[in-house]
Amino acid sequence: MSALATATTLAAATNENLANISNTLIYSAMAVYTLAFFTYIAEWTFGSRSKISRTAAALTAKPAGAAGAAGAKAPEVTVKKAGGTAVLERPKVVVRAAAGARDVPDGPGAHGGDEQGDLYGRIAVSLTVVAFLVEFAGVLARALSVQRAPWGNMYEFNLTFSTTAVGVYLVFLALKKDIRWLGLPLVTSVLLDLGLAVTVLYTASDQLVPALHSYWLYIHVSTAILCGAVFYVGAVATILYLFKDSYENKLASGGKPGTFATSVMERLPASASLDKFSYRVNAAVFPLWTFTIIAGAIWAGDAWGRYWGWDPKETWAFITWVAYATYLHARATAGWKGRKAAYIALIAFACFLFNYYGVNIFVSGKHSYAGV
Amino acid sequence: MSNTTADSNTTADSKSDEQELGAASSQLSTAPQEEAPGLPALGVIGWFRWFWRQLTSMRVALLLLFLLSLGAIPGSLIPQSGTDETKVADFMQRHDFLGPIYDKLGLFHVYSSVWFSSIYILLFVSLIGCIVPRTWQFVGQLRGRPPGAPRRLTRLPAYTTWRTETEPEQVREAALVLLRKRRFRAHLAGDAVAAEKGYLREVGNLAFHIALIVMLTAFAWGQLYKSEGNKLILEGDGFSNTLTQYDDFKSGTLFDTDDLDPFSFTLKDFKGTYEESGPNRGTPRTYEADVNYSVGAYGKDEKTTIKVNEPLVIGDSKVYLTAHGYAPVITVRDGKGKVVYSQPVALLPLDSNVTSSGAIKVMDGYRNAKGVEEQLGFQAFFLPTYVPGNEIASQFPALDNPVLNLIGYHGDLGVNAGIPQSVYQLDKSHMKVFKDAKGKEVRENLKPGETMTLPNGAGSITYEGTQEWANFQVTRQPASGWALGGAIVAIFGLAGSLFIQRRRVWVRAVRGSDGVTVVELGGLGRSESAKVPEELGDLAGILYDQTSPVSASDTPDPTAVPAEGAEK
Ligand code: HEM
Repeated sequence: MSALATATTLAAATNENLANISNTLIYSAMAVYTLAFFTYIAEWTFGSRSKISRTAAALTAKPAGAAGAAGAKAPEVTVKKAGGTAVLERPKVVVRAAAGARDVPDGPGAHGGDEQGDLYGRIAVSLTVVAFLVEFAGVLARALSVQRAPWGNMYEFNLTFSTTAVGVYLVFLALKKDIRWLGLPLVTSVLLDLGLAVTVLYTASDQLVPALHSYWLYIHVSTAILCGAVFYVGAVATILYLFKDSYENKLASGGKPGTFATSVMERLPASASLDKFSYRVNAAVFPLWTFTIIAGAIWAGDAWGRYWGWDPKETWAFITWVAYATYLHARATAGWKGRKAAYIALIAFACFLFNYYGVNIFVSGKHSYAGV
Repeated sequence: MSNTTADSNTTADSKSDEQELGAASSQLSTAPQEEAPGLPALGVIGWFRWFWRQLTSMRVALLLLFLLSLGAIPGSLIPQSGTDETKVADFMQRHDFLGPIYDKLGLFHVYSSVWFSSIYILLFVSLIGCIVPRTWQFVGQLRGRPPGAPRRLTRLPAYTTWRTETEPEQVREAALVLLRKRRFRAHLAGDAVAAEKGYLREVGNLAFHIALIVMLTAFAWGQLYKSEGNKLILEGDGFSNTLTQYDDFKSGTLFDTDDLDPFSFTLKDFKGTYEESGPNRGTPRTYEADVNYSVGAYGKDEKTTIKVNEPLVIGDSKVYLTAHGYAPVITVRDGKGKVVYSQPVALLPLDSNVTSSGAIKVMDGYRNAKGVEEQLGFQAFFLPTYVPGNEIASQFPALDNPVLNLIGYHGDLGVNAGIPQSVYQLDKSHMKVFKDAKGKEVRENLKPGETMTLPNGAGSITYEGTQEWANFQVTRQPASGWALGGAIVAIFGLAGSLFIQRRRVWVRAVRGSDGVTVVELGGLGRSESAKVPEELGDLAGILYDQTSPVSASDTPDPTAVPAEGAEK
């Protein structure tokens, strides 16, 4: 008995140590994210020095309609003169925007082509990588201290969620996707998320109640967090699309947007690109979200004796699912593409958020493990 | 059905161009075409047709999907009688005005209410009305061939061209071979090769929508034929799966008692372990019930352990461990020392440290000191871990220092009146509390083995020891295999539908006016995608390498710059 007790106390002590290490790492990650935040701001600020206005040029220079024809008549083969002999390159593909769509070039990104801005942008990304690694270590330490997956309560959810969201962003960058413009809004909301976690939601390490012991839990919750992170990226792109689209509409109808709006919007990708990006992101995780709900149903079948019982959390997962399905449908329905579909995507993401915060805090149900 | 999809409508292009492109992109999907919501033709059939067309249009499907998610919301915010009857009663009591209105609107059982049901039934009628014609259309597309090349390939979203010395026939032949090798369905149509790929997208989409129907049907079937019963079992006791043995039982409308799977089991031992220290001291770590079970009337006994997430599965039935608690073993004697009651009494847990309460009811066999027949009742309050100073709540869920607090009553329990009573509560309206000589009610804390003597020779009550009980829920939800199968197909169908791009490629090779062959490639996707030009570039590269180049002097405009986006 006494030997066992000593062993337990020892284990408890190391656990407490790990929990403290985790807390320190999380605070450090917040510090680095804050640095990254200011560096992204510097990127945007320096970027504002360059006065590019591709969008304005594309939309105001020629009357609509002429652009498409000019593009279509684009030349066929490029020839490079190398040392006097002509070398034929492979044929280049000419891409036309969909009929009726605006043919607007993408902005250069937050740095706006400014060298110093670009430098700050690169530093900001490096800082984001560092912060991500530190936060990841913090989550890992937390997991080791509680000896289970780090998502037993809302504090841990918030940590894992923001780590995953930043991870998704970094993966996109690693895949050479041009989405550095996402950095500032992302880091801002990660800081909010972590601030909320360490102040309001903080929970000392604890164990799971038996209903949470199941490998379906690991599958269900980890995919849910991943889906949330990707949906989040989609939602940010959708909001930026709405702004950029308004901006383009204003220009196209002869309006004159303010200097700040012009400076920011000119540096973002074209509205069509943002729209396509957010659609792809949302569509790509939708099957995973479907899987998440089904994994949850299987788990509920094991834990509670019914795979579906309209528990508030289940209901909101379903509502979120239907809302995203509505969004995908809207994209395939005439008269619903573009802004209307974008609004539906935002409503769908709001449903996801409500399921995560609202249901945990305001509604009681079987999923009341939130630890608040 | 018209052969245009909304995607290809252009405003700037000339009429003929538009028609031609329309033909090129026709049947690239099976989505129903959009119609203006015009007025119906006269007559019943006209109205029906109109209604059906509306119902199976994408616009109405969208609306119904939206309504479905909107309609699901109230059920998550208002208490539901299916999940928690007492909360509904509580809500009714607190809201005199809203309560009856909510009740009328079916808001206490949203998911089986008329209006919610009509939304999803309409949605599924719409779904079926949509799938059937789409399936036929798709079969037609599989039988047919990809449409021939539009006159001006330059109008397509992705386009490339070059000039070569190779004969047009050879180029077309090479293109046909290449496209077929890339698993396009390709054929020669006039001066061009027409090819299409990505049919699995449509298959996935149809499979997904059909899987939705399978899932809903399985779900509905499960609801109609399901059954769910609870049984509290003391360690050492058994249960056999018949209706009469349940403490409570719910079933779907079409359930029949013959549907109950024949089996029985005995609870051998219940084990609970709890966090011993730290901030979450007392949090359960494990719950396990060791049982012996047998299937059918003469099945042989088998041993197993039922845990919280690991039900015992027998046929369509699953036996879940849902709760546990304590049952003090009680002996009651009358004034002469005769045992009138001796059995464990299951108590109801009140909190996470298993502070429990309940009632001990001695219904017959007891005579008081005067020899008159009476009934006895004891209100029991139980702390599995009693820490002095904390009289009203247990400090830990395990049996570390059990204490049973009892107050005795005598008189009429009221159990013979025919009104059902809770086994955990005493109806004290015809009972008198036992009082000592000073007129104080008799109330004592007993440890295992201790006895409380009732005043004036009324007898005694002994707390012999403690047993544990476990509550089991036996559920039967038929067709859940179908629901799972549907779900799996739905996920794969969805992945196919969203990740596979259906696209067409045309390769035209004709002799130009100067005798040199002009090769043109055009690509068209169902939706705009960066993959279409990428793939086209790839194909063009390979084909280009197979054709012999023209001398540099022949090439037009050497300063040419390719359009942006080609290499993204
Ligand atoms: C239970 C209701 C429904 C759900 C959850 C649902 C879900 C979905 C989803 C997620 C997609 C996206 C796949 C993609 O874009 O390729 C989709 C596509 C589609 N759905 Fe549904 N759907 C439902 C009902 C219907 C109904 C009633 C119709 C008939 C009007 C319909 C017709 C279509 C069509 C034609 C597409 C393909 C659109 C395209 O070609 O891009 N769906 N559906």
